[in-house]
Amino acid sequence: MAPILDINNLYKNYGATEILKDINISIEPGDFLVLVGPSGCGKSTLLNCIAGLEEITGGTLSIGGNDMTHVSPKDRDIAMVFQSYALYPTMTVAKNITFGMKVRGVDQATQDAKLKEVASLLQIEPLLNRRPSQLSGGQRQRVAMGRALVRDPKLFLFDEPLSNLDAKLRVEMRTEIKKLHQTLDASIVYVTHDQIEAMTLATKIVVLKGGVVQQIGTPAEIYNNPANLFVADFMGSPAMNLIPAQATRNGSGTQIAIARDQGETLLLNDARDLSLPQDVILGLRPEDIAEAGFRAGDGVQEAACMVDMVEPAGADTYVVSELGGKQVTARLHAETSAQAGKMLNLAFDMSKVSYFAKETGERLN
Amino acid sequence: MTDLSMPQSQSQTRTQSAAGKIALRWLLYVLLGLFALYYLMPLFVMVTTSLKSLEEIRTGSLISLPREVSFDAWKTAWSGACTGIQCEGLRPYFWNSVLIAVPAVAISTLLGALNGYVVAQWRFKGANIIFSLMLFGCFIPFQVVLLPMARLLGMMGIAGTIPGLIFVHVIYGLGFTTLFFRNYYVTIPAELTKAARVDGAGFLRIFWSIFLPLSLPIVVVTVIWQFTQIWNDFLFGVSFSQAGTQPVTVALNNIVNSTTGVKEYNVDMAAAIIAGLPTLLVYVVAGKYFIRGLTAGSVKG
Repeated sequence: MAPILDINNLYKNYGATEILKDINISIEPGDFLVLVGPSGCGKSTLLNCIAGLEEITGGTLSIGGNDMTHVSPKDRDIAMVFQSYALYPTMTVAKNITFGMKVRGVDQATQDAKLKEVASLLQIEPLLNRRPSQLSGGQRQRVAMGRALVRDPKLFLFDEPLSNLDAKLRVEMRTEIKKLHQTLDASIVYVTHDQIEAMTLATKIVVLKGGVVQQIGTPAEIYNNPANLFVADFMGSPAMNLIPAQATRNGSGTQIAIARDQGETLLLNDARDLSLPQDVILGLRPEDIAEAGFRAGDGVQEAACMVDMVEPAGADTYVVSELGGKQVTARLHAETSAQAGKMLNLAFDMSKVSYFAKETGERLN
Repeated sequence: MTDLSMPQSQSQTRTQSAAGKIALRWLLYVLLGLFALYYLMPLFVMVTTSLKSLEEIRTGSLISLPREVSFDAWKTAWSGACTGIQCEGLRPYFWNSVLIAVPAVAISTLLGALNGYVVAQWRFKGANIIFSLMLFGCFIPFQVVLLPMARLLGMMGIAGTIPGLIFVHVIYGLGFTTLFFRNYYVTIPAELTKAARVDGAGFLRIFWSIFLPLSLPIVVVTVIWQFTQIWNDFLFGVSFSQAGTQPVTVALNNIVNSTTGVKEYNVDMAAAIIAGLPTLLVYVVAGKYFIRGLTAGSVKG
């Protein structure tokens, strides 16, 4: 099947400033693509370029197999949901939803039918005659989505739609958006700075930084095999532990030495056949460090570490220990006996380790 | 101990301060009343004088009430007073002013709204420069442009006509109306325009269906401002009109200045009030919205 959205060598400049550099993205129908990155990375600009609200400086862009590089937004067969909802303040909810159809000259009967369908899908029937100012944040969000859904477009664009909602509502709406995606089998491009939103919603994630694509992949790929230090640090909460270490060849495997302020150097073995430079950054997720005896597997190695801090978080307990000059977080089960200031045997799952080059930050394995 | 003694002293100071507050409040009211009287005095003199007969004006005091109320002066001012050689009163000039002010206000407000909409929501290269230049137009003294404007009107063939005056007022109103609307529209989130564009609406459709319905407060402000400016204008009126197209302000001046023999103060006063009445009326009717519009900040989605 042809890709629903195909971006080739897209560049975007504002004057002399390069905002987006050589973006190449392609998604299949039914994909949920999330553009994620810190603020100012160009993700919203990229979305505006896809929508046609911003002219692109270079490259091409096609939607549904048609070249849309210089087509105006209204002819791109897209619908967009905005962060501030951007509901028309003087129109009722019903008029807000049907405005697009009215502009396009859709007949009244179709308008009414579509409105009814979308209103019942989003459960906003009782609100249809209200003004946006009389709605709560969550209701406005639904109306904004209704306005997009009613279009039945080839591609949905979401620009940080949940960031104006409170934490509880955000989680609820996140689930609803996911549900909508599954029931409608819609193709979606979604911008967020929230990596949890990215992980939970996406079928495909694009991590952006400074207008450059850092990595494109499924949530699992991004999470387990981050392409560089930036992605490793950005995705996941608590963040991946990134520990400076020395690697030396040891038979078919590699010996990893991690310096410690107190106590002797921590020595770990990675059995995988890798060719690493001497100075590396070792990346290990907090959940891949467990209390000794609670983790089994080929790569698991135990070592005694000094516990600096214990942070119970309900379902898990986070234990912080100093390794290689870094605060390293381990995710332990809730009933751990760990105590601050005491030694604890930790199990490191070396089969999950990512290695990064110290200078470039690029992934090595 | 302290707990017991406190309420007493506190209540004492409270009554003291309460008495002080009342005294202050009264002082304030008296002062405000005096100011109000001071400001109302000229109007009072104008109204009473306009209702007196010439005889009474000559013999009575300036601030005394009329012994006999007579509307003759008003009648004369409206339809009989002489402006130079014609003696038709203010009436024809009053209608000239209406014919100038209404279209000029409407056109300059509409164009200002469009300009403000473009400058605030459709940022193009040089938008800021254009806006600054328009703003600059607000500060150009009218005297400076009299000669070039006279030449331009002559070239356009509308010198000395009512359309010519409308044209002049629209041009010189644009700076202010654009400023008003631009500052109002700049508070409206740009995402609204984006959403409408994705919805398929074009430039004018967005203006008409989304921005204009939001604009009532600022339209009222602009209309009041423009109407006051144009109605009260004398300089353009006297410079760019000819016999038959003069606005009411020019006619008023002619009535007051061209009397021969006895000066008819009562007619002058009545004419001045008639000339000032429409702006007064606009303030009374729309004043509530004026304040609201001036303080209107962000638009809540």
